Parts: sequence; structure tokens; C-alpha cells
Amino acid sequence: MYVAVKGGERAIDNAHAWLAEERRGDLGVAELSVAQIREQLALAVNRVMAEGSLYDPDLAALAIKQARGDMIEAIFLIRAYRTTLPRFGASEPVDTEIMACDRRVSATFKDAPGGQVLGPTFDYTHRLLDFALAAEGEVPDVATSAPRTETTPHITDFLNKEGLIQTEVTAEDVPGDLTREPLELPANRPLRLQALTRGDEGFVLSMAYSTQRGYARNHAFVGELRIGKVPVEMDIPELGFAIDIGEIELTECETVNQFQGSKTEPPQFTRGYGLVFGQSERKAISMALVDRALRWEELGEDNLGAPAQDEEFVLYHADNIQATGFLEHIKLPHYVDFQSELELIRKLRREAMESTAPIQEAAE
Amino acid sequence: MSDYNFAYLDEQTKRMIRRAILKGLAIPGYQVPFASREMPMPYGWGTGGVQVSAATLTPDDTLRVIDQGADDTTNAVSIRKFFEKTAGVQATEETAQASVIQTRHRIPEEDLREDQILVYQVPIPEPLRFLEPSEVETRKMHSLEEYGLMHVKLYEDIAKHGAIATSYAYPVKVEGRYVMDPSPIPKFDNPKMEMAAIQLFGAGREQRIYALPPYCQVVSLDFEDYPFEASKADHACDMCGATNSYLDEVIMDDAGNRMFVCSDTDFCASRRKAGHMGAQAAAASAALKETAA
Repeated sequence: MYVAVKGGERAIDNAHAWLAEERRGDLGVAELSVAQIREQLALAVNRVMAEGSLYDPDLAALAIKQARGDMIEAIFLIRAYRTTLPRFGASEPVDTEIMACDRRVSATFKDAPGGQVLGPTFDYTHRLLDFALAAEGEVPDVATSAPRTETTPHITDFLNKEGLIQTEVTAEDVPGDLTREPLELPANRPLRLQALTRGDEGFVLSMAYSTQRGYARNHAFVGELRIGKVPVEMDIPELGFAIDIGEIELTECETVNQFQGSKTEPPQFTRGYGLVFGQSERKAISMALVDRALRWEELGEDNLGAPAQDEEFVLYHADNIQATGFLEHIKLPHYVDFQSELELIRKLRREAMESTAPIQEAAE
Repeated sequence: MSDYNFAYLDEQTKRMIRRAILKGLAIPGYQVPFASREMPMPYGWGTGGVQVSAATLTPDDTLRVIDQGADDTTNAVSIRKFFEKTAGVQATEETAQASVIQTRHRIPEEDLREDQILVYQVPIPEPLRFLEPSEVETRKMHSLEEYGLMHVKLYEDIAKHGAIATSYAYPVKVEGRYVMDPSPIPKFDNPKMEMAAIQLFGAGREQRIYALPPYCQVVSLDFEDYPFEASKADHACDMCGATNSYLDEVIMDDAGNRMFVCSDTDFCASRRKAGHMGAQAAAASAALKETAA
């Protein structure tokens, strides 16, 4: 005897309880603290902050803990929290020239004012599992030096002095806000950059990679990659001037790309730009390449039909919270629409078989 | 939950959504872009419908949430709980008691009234999307009222299958102007869309809201010689005996025996309460009487 399915509510409660138990894992193993995640899984924290669009390492670490290490789930937690926060203003644009650089490399010049600073990078590590880390990992003493106090000029500014690279025009308008207005196309560059900086790292990486492999290749050199802290200033109307409200860590990448030149303009390098929260250099470089590919129209290039040139394709599919939601929703009940498909296919098959039946008889 | 505003969204956001709803009602079937927010449930779980409901609910409202016609499917439970928690509104499992009904994939069998609002969850609001992937292009097609592509698709269906091979999310034309996606309701429900209640459609991920004011003309696309047909399983409900309701097919055993039962749980339950009995229910009650005797 059929009994209508009941108990959805109890099933949900039980699922949540089980999830909580699984999250904690073996009780014989010490629990992770949020501070441990923040300090020791800092790059994961950075990714959650970047794609969650919220600079708060503690909350990002909490989200990673709550999400059992599922990065997209952690990003989602941060996004959902972020929407509930009141907006009380906007900061001044950050000045990356005064960044206290932990890392600063240029692939275009051997040396430049400010120097090449390798910083804490995996670049030249040999990817050999360090079994010592499995035991108690003591940190060896590290050499230190006094931080530079001078500003670190941008490499592209040197090229700009000679007119060798295209000058970026300062927009007059206040840039739109992707999170407050619906995305309408064509989008302008500020909106594209907003979408890319919070876009899925894997997606942006693959899009960038596709340009390198020839789908709208744009010959990128990493003019400069810098990582470090910058102060955030905010204009306080009651005071009439801007004050420091804190500092954030950023990764900035500026690429120098080729440009054919045109009848009216002599050949000039062009730029791609990436700026991401935290130490996220893979993402920043990827972002710069995709930004450059999306600028084809503005720079008078041909649309080669490459995915990375297609603004609608890139912007509509870069967000992993949207993507994962829509992808995973197909596991929700679809009994009703499937039922209508069942009836349709039965009807079509019945009709098809009826119409072929006499022919079969004749053949017999 | 007292940290959150009534019905979760802040008043500014609700105002923005209400403006989109009003615009949608003023231009029936037109997809109004709105700045959809990230909700605490995933895109694809009904974030559009939830935002529309949040902007629509008042403390005096009575809310019903159904998914596939049922109140007890997990996602309906989850959304109902969300509003009970964040808005403290009265919840009901009866169509007639509700002032706002949020639904996924069904229109209730019982006729709705003028004092009711039906909120649909919409995955892909663009009826032309699977014919033309670009949003820039489809918006142009709507503004030029260029719906030839859709008719060609329906025609090709007939040429290939002998019938229009769309069984749910069957496209409609609203007031002779906009072609609209009715959300993935079975085409059986399409004729019900000309109704007394206000119908609001929310697509969160795609950032679109559209609407149908009461008694709005909604015509399912078809051809004179291949008229639209609101089909359902050729069967009566095995529980309540209804012959005019949309049915779920349930597999009963390893041999693949099936039974059919109303997808609208409230409709089915109230018919049974009124003494109606379907084949299975009659057999079960006869068996019960026999063992009692």
C-alpha cells in the first residue's frame, strides 16, 4: 500500500546532525581551531576571501572549518554572510605603489627600482613531499632584514614614460557595482574586472590558459607581479578628510602585451590587469590575461571567436557559486517534469510503432 | 535570527525587488533585470522565488510552500522553515488558507483567488535560451518581437516526432506580446495560468523577475492543425479517484508495478477527507474490512 512520502523535516534534521558529526571527524584527533586554519592554511583563506569578496581572514577560516574544507562551500558561506552586511561607504582607491611588498618580480626587466624580491614563493621548491612536516615541524631560523621604506614604482610606468605602452584612461564615472546592480551587457571594464577577481580560480585559470594555447593569444609578459599589504583609506564626511581604516593584503599583476599598431597609432604595448585579495598570484596572472583578451574591441583587434574574448561567456560562467548551485540543483526532485516527459515519450513511441506496424506485417 | 530583518532581506533590497515586481506586472511577461542577492541557500534551490516571497510577505500573511505539488518534499520544508524563522509568518499546507504560495514546478489544482499570490521558482527565465545561448541576442529578439525561431523549433518537433516535443516549461505568449517561460511546470498546468491570483516569477541566478497580473491572457504556443494539448497520465488517482488532476507515477515493486497519485498533496488529501476513494485506497479499505470481519 502506498503511503505519501512524509518526513522531509525529520530527514533534514537528521542529515544536519550527521553532517556535524562528520565535520568533527574522529574525536580522538584534536579539533582544528579557526586560528590554526587562518595561520597555517593561509592560501586557502585567501582564496575564500577573494572569491567570497569579503576581506576577513577569521571569517574565511571559520567558513573553511564549517565547510569541511570544501572551498566553494566556504566561499558560498562568506558570500551569503556578505550580502547581509550594511554598506556605510566606499574606500578611496588603494595605491599599490605604496604597497609594502613581500614579493615583487618582473619578467620583463632584470632589475628595476625596488628590485626583484622573491618572497615566500613555491616557485623554486622541489615538489618533494616533506615527511618531516608529518612529524612536528620545527621552523628553522629565518634571516631578516629591515623593510624598504621607499615606494616601489610600477614597472609599466617606466614603459609609459617612453610612450611604449598604452596609457590607461581614468574613468570619470563612479564604477558600477556588480553586487548591487544586475549585470547587463555589454559590461564595461570595471564590471569585468569585478567579475574576474571574484570569479572561480579554476575557471579564470583555464580561460587564461586557453589564450596561451592560441585561442586569442595575446602574447603576455608578466611586467610585474607584486604581493603585499596596502593601507585602506576612507573619506569620513564628518572629518572632511580621509583616514586609514586598516590594511589589506593584495596580489597585483600587470601584463605587458603586444599590439600591432594601427594607421593612426604607432605600435605600442598594451596591458592586462589583475588584482586579487591576499596572496593569490595564479589567480592574479590569470585575471590579467583574461582581462586583456576581453579588451579586443577597445584595442581594435579582431574577434577570433575565442571563448576568452566572449564577454558574455566569461562573465556569465565565471562565478562558481552560481555555477555550482545550478549544476547541483539537478539532484533536487524533478518528478513532475520527468513525469510529463515519460508521458510524452510513451505517446511518441506508441504513435511511431502504430505507424510502422502495417509495414512490418506486409513484409512478413 | 533576530539579527536579520523581517523575511531576511533588508528593506532597501526589498524595495528594489518590489520595483521590479511592479514593473513586471505593468509589462506582463517581460523579464525585468534585478540585482539578485546571494541568499543563504544555493542558486538553483529557489533563490529567485525566495527573494520575491520575501519582498511580498507581510506579517499577516499565511504562506504555503510546495515543490512538485507537495509540502513535504525536502526543499519545500527547508524554504518554509526559512520563512517561519526569519518572518515568523503563519504556514499552511492548504491552498485555500494561503495568501502567498511559493511553488516549484506546479500550479495547485484548486482555483486560486484574487487575494492570493502565486510565486514561482524559475531556473532559466528565457524561453528562447536553448535556441539562442546569448542573452544579448535574446533580449534583442524580445524587443523586436522576433519569435520566428520558436515557431521553427515547434515545427521541427512536429516534422521529427509528429507532435510538439515539449512537455514542461511549455512556452506561452502573454497578452499577444511577450513569449514567456512558465517555469518548468508540466504543460498540463498551462491553461491554469489565466487566473484570479497574481503570479510572480523569480529567477535568482539569472537576475530576472517577471509577472502576470490577474486574468491576464496567456496562450500556449501551437499551430492551428496541431493545437496545444494539456496532457497528463491517462489514469485516475489511485488514492482519491480524481480524473482531472496531474499525477505522479510511483513504482511499487521490483516487478515495476506502478500506481498513480495526485502530485498536489492538499488536493488529494481533501478529496479523500470528503470520502472520495481511488482504486488502491478502495482495495486497501476492503481488505481492512475483511480482516476485521
